[in-house]
Amino acid sequence: MKSHLLSTGDLTKGDALRVLDTAAELRSLADRPIKKLPTLRGRTVVNLFFEDSTRTRISFEAAAKRLSADVINFSAKGSSVSKGESLKDTALTLEAMGADAVVIRHGSSGAPHRLASSGWVRSSVINAGDGTHEHPTQALLDAFTMRRHLGDLDGRRVAIVGDVLHSRVARSNALLLSTLGAEVTLVAPPTLLPVGVSSWPVATSYDLDAALEKTDVVMMLRVQRERMNAAFFPSAREYSRRYGLDDRRFARLPDHAIVMHPGPMNRGMEIAANVADSHRSVIVEQVTNGVAVRMAVLYLLLSGADTTEHAAGEPTA
Amino acid sequence: MSTRVVLDRSDIARALTRIAHEILERNKGPGDVLVLGIPTRGVPLATRVAATMTSVEGVEVPAGALDITMYRDDLRLQPARALARTEIPPRGVDDAVVVLVDDVLFSGRTIRAALDALNDVGRPRAVQLAVLVDRGHRQLPIRADFVGKNLPTSLTETVQVRLQEYDGVDSVAISAGRG
Repeated sequence: MKSHLLSTGDLTKGDALRVLDTAAELRSLADRPIKKLPTLRGRTVVNLFFEDSTRTRISFEAAAKRLSADVINFSAKGSSVSKGESLKDTALTLEAMGADAVVIRHGSSGAPHRLASSGWVRSSVINAGDGTHEHPTQALLDAFTMRRHLGDLDGRRVAIVGDVLHSRVARSNALLLSTLGAEVTLVAPPTLLPVGVSSWPVATSYDLDAALEKTDVVMMLRVQRERMNAAFFPSAREYSRRYGLDDRRFARLPDHAIVMHPGPMNRGMEIAANVADSHRSVIVEQVTNGVAVRMAVLYLLLSGADTTEHAAGEPTA
Repeated sequence: MSTRVVLDRSDIARALTRIAHEILERNKGPGDVLVLGIPTRGVPLATRVAATMTSVEGVEVPAGALDITMYRDDLRLQPARALARTEIPPRGVDDAVVVLVDDVLFSGRTIRAALDALNDVGRPRAVQLAVLVDRGHRQLPIRADFVGKNLPTSLTETVQVRLQEYDGVDSVAISAGRG
């Protein structure tokens, strides 16, 4: 695996399966009385969050702590960033503190890439969401959740519905799921599909009803009102009527299909409350799986030797 | 590079049968005994030993697996390793006599890691160690309670255990140089 996790597009199928298989073993830890492993003892993980996030930060924090790493939380609010410090100076400070991994969320697409490629820090950089670009660990936990319910993803059909334009989750999922062999369809109004979507390894559709009956997974995306600075659709009601997963549409899904949402949800907008709480909704499980997947990512990035050359046979014992 | 087979299929079967009887003798029967194999090849060995004990005593002896990867002391020296499955029988390890099973006992570091891993699962009444081959060269104060075969080796030699479940054949071979 690479020493950074910036985009799911960087992962080969082998890399991705390695993360998911590792996460599957780590998932069983959640059922044990002692949920801690000594693996990353003495390592430092910095959560560098320039954007608000509760679930992702807590999930990374829990993952690092369960591997016995030391965690430093750094949020932009109330820090020197609000006094105008640049990303570079923040990074140099973290480097001086000896961070082994930096988990970064930033409002600008490409910030994690800048941090990883600039030479400012020697630590592994993990993208926890950058602008409208990518959110790789969310895609990995979504794939992990799908595998638990559906088995191998090869040939499975996944519909990603809603605000694809502003969704880093959609992009990361589209890249990862197609690497894993799934057939992804993005369903959204034309105004909420990004420019250049034709170069993605996915199909697109404007019609949710047409996509429903043959899909194995429906992933609803949040309508990101905070990023909406133009009129992308006439009204919330119309959006909900055409692209919301309501009881009627839910009833038309195949029996084995699962419903996902990366959270936080707008109940009644993109997803009906009944659907979100139904037994085929795996939304709460996604959170539990998130910790296992992030543990797997931290383990694979941090535990190995610094260099990837090796080959010396291991002694049997 | 010369390879010499030191144990064949029937040798391995006899050694495991003897170990099963020794475990029963030492613990005065199968009560509270739990056999945990260390992946990869300790797991089928543990299953076989437990099956023999079960058929001798007529009482089910539970077997499981204990992955020790996350407890190794050489994680930073090698690329990240894939994890194996830990399966603790429903009875749990608390107050049990846990018999750890591995294929080859060498430096003893795997067993140290296994003791740490076990500690996080529960508190056994006692822990015993059974190995198919003890090749010497311990780096830690650890010894096996039950040994299939003591095999004096030099550090440059490699001991390779093959088992039906993974390799399609049962054998223990020793080869000169790195194999």
